[in-house]
Amino acid sequence: MVEYNGEQARIKAMVETKKVTWDVVEVESPDLSRGCDEGLFEKIDWAKVGNKADFQKAAVHECGVGTFVWSTVMAYNGDKLKTAPTTWADFWDTKKFPGKRGMRKGARYNLEFALMADGVKPADVYKVLATKDGAERAFKKMTELKPNIQWWEAGAQPPQFLVAGDVAMTTAYNGRIDAAQREGKNLQITWTGGIYDLDYWVMPKGTPNKDAALKFIALASSPDAQAEYAKNISYGPTNTKALAKLDAKVLAQLPTSPANSKDALQFNVGFWADQGEALEKRFSAWAAQ
Amino acid sequence: MMMAGGTLDLATQLRRAERRRKQRAVALTLPLLAFLVVFFLVPLASLLVRAVENPEVADALPRTGQALADWDRQSPPDAAAYAAVIADLSAIEETAQAGVLARRLNSEVPGARSLVMGTYRALQAEDTDFKDLRSEQARTRLIELDARWEELPYWQAIAQNSSRWTPDYLLAAVDLKRTPQGDIVKVPADEAAFADILGRTFQMSAVVTFFCLLLAYPLAYWLSTLPERKANVLLILVLLPFWTSVLVRIAAWIVLLQNNGLVNRFFMWIGLTDAPIPLLFNRVGVIIAMVHILLPFAILPLYSVMKSVPPNYLRAAISLGSAPFAAFARVYLPQTYPGVAAGGLLVFITSIGYYVTPALLGGAGDQMLSYYVAQYTNVEVNWGMACALGGVLLTATLVLYALYRKVAKAELSLG
Repeated sequence: MVEYNGEQARIKAMVETKKVTWDVVEVESPDLSRGCDEGLFEKIDWAKVGNKADFQKAAVHECGVGTFVWSTVMAYNGDKLKTAPTTWADFWDTKKFPGKRGMRKGARYNLEFALMADGVKPADVYKVLATKDGAERAFKKMTELKPNIQWWEAGAQPPQFLVAGDVAMTTAYNGRIDAAQREGKNLQITWTGGIYDLDYWVMPKGTPNKDAALKFIALASSPDAQAEYAKNISYGPTNTKALAKLDAKVLAQLPTSPANSKDALQFNVGFWADQGEALEKRFSAWAAQ
Repeated sequence: MMMAGGTLDLATQLRRAERRRKQRAVALTLPLLAFLVVFFLVPLASLLVRAVENPEVADALPRTGQALADWDRQSPPDAAAYAAVIADLSAIEETAQAGVLARRLNSEVPGARSLVMGTYRALQAEDTDFKDLRSEQARTRLIELDARWEELPYWQAIAQNSSRWTPDYLLAAVDLKRTPQGDIVKVPADEAAFADILGRTFQMSAVVTFFCLLLAYPLAYWLSTLPERKANVLLILVLLPFWTSVLVRIAAWIVLLQNNGLVNRFFMWIGLTDAPIPLLFNRVGVIIAMVHILLPFAILPLYSVMKSVPPNYLRAAISLGSAPFAAFARVYLPQTYPGVAAGGLLVFITSIGYYVTPALLGGAGDQMLSYYVAQYTNVEVNWGMACALGGVLLTATLVLYALYRKVAKAELSLG
């Protein structure tokens, strides 16, 4: 086990120098599509993994198998906020909810949230963001909140911010809030306008243990393993057969539950693969102003 | 005759001896030279080469590059260029090469990734023999696959990058770009980031250097006046944090500086403030931690210089009637300039390369240039851009060092 924080450069270096020391890596969806395009990953032999029909559509990829569904959501400390924020407009409303806002350092997710706060419907977010005016609008909305933003870098930070009282609300990975709840902290999630996405198992191209790696992926993707995983942290199974093995209490906490996904937005990998570099650069320029 | 011959002999012998001595000296430095070349100069050179290297488009789209060679880059491209794109993309055997091409063009024109990969996959899936396709048909076919093939920016990016070497990364690193016609212009204000970031890097380093010297000077002076044994014990206290991992020290600062951390609780207890002062995830936190981490680099050179300043001079000045402060400013201070210069330079040059402290303690607007080098290396996987930024940092540092040498005129080196 080694930690992987999205440094695709390391996988690229391994594959290019033909010294692959990682057999299986869990990557986020932009890394999956880009790495697959650039030939960094082995193709998945789906016959050895399981029945494609058992998996969510998005979990089936030529180079990867969906690990779980996770969501970037709005979170707050139930002990400190008397009224619960319900929309991204509330997140932006520092009069009604005084205090700082935690946000991930970078453009991804934040621009989508900004547009939703500005009244764009979740279904239209990527359509609007793809236009020049839409990107302008998102950055303008971000500027409104800028003096109140406290940036985070690692997923462990948002729950710490909330518990310490540094911020009134924050964006966070839903599993991190779940973990804090299990430790007895009264942290709450607002699911409206959350952005959900999948993580994927991939095998770096040229791994000497390809067979064992695929066996591991098959095991980890089995209904039992995925159900067990979801019981321990509230990330949704990609194997739909795992859902039957979970009780209502666990299901209610998952990003995939009907109530939680009703007003949520699916992360658009294609959009960020195309626009990501330009928008991140613009974000750096914006942050410097 | 005898005399003259003897002198000549002696001179030759002396020269020989001198030459032998020189050869020995050179031989002794050879391992170090080899080390420098292999581990310093070669990587540095390859970094600088990467900043201007541009093989992706030339490798993947050779025919298209030729077809576009005489294009004016304003009118719609020839149908022949469309045919060349189809021929080139169909000839790519490994998906990986198409992926590399897609990434390269996408960093010039957002959207090119999906355009290239989509077209490539569609062409691979078809069995048509494109060799027989006439140019006009090729044009219709390509626009049918993706209407964006009608848009000029994609074609301009291909034309501009079909040569193997490019100034574009370096230009982008200083917020300039080439127009399709080849003129160099400034990038629009909402995309211009790097000049600000470079300025911020130097400004933050200057502030850190200033505070380091301000804190180190009295401390080093006090240490230099103490008896040897006491001074040694205290020097260990200076060095102890120096030997502790930077990450551990940063984590400690997070604990101290957070809203209900020790520092803020103390401020509130003594009534300095009612609400916690934000000390973390902003410029203040970064500067505090960097000053703490780099302080030994200022203390040690200052201490060693101050040790060598005889205390008699100061006493002599005072006994000759100078006011204590004037004596300090006119007699003592000038003698410690080499220490100030060495300490300041050491702190400044170390801090312009700082990455982890601003990344963990700073906000989005407090990141220094190396954060973006890491971003382009790891996240965007745009190594050309990362190398160009590294090159700019290196050049700026060398220029500054040269200027410093000229202004200070001191016989001072980093060694």
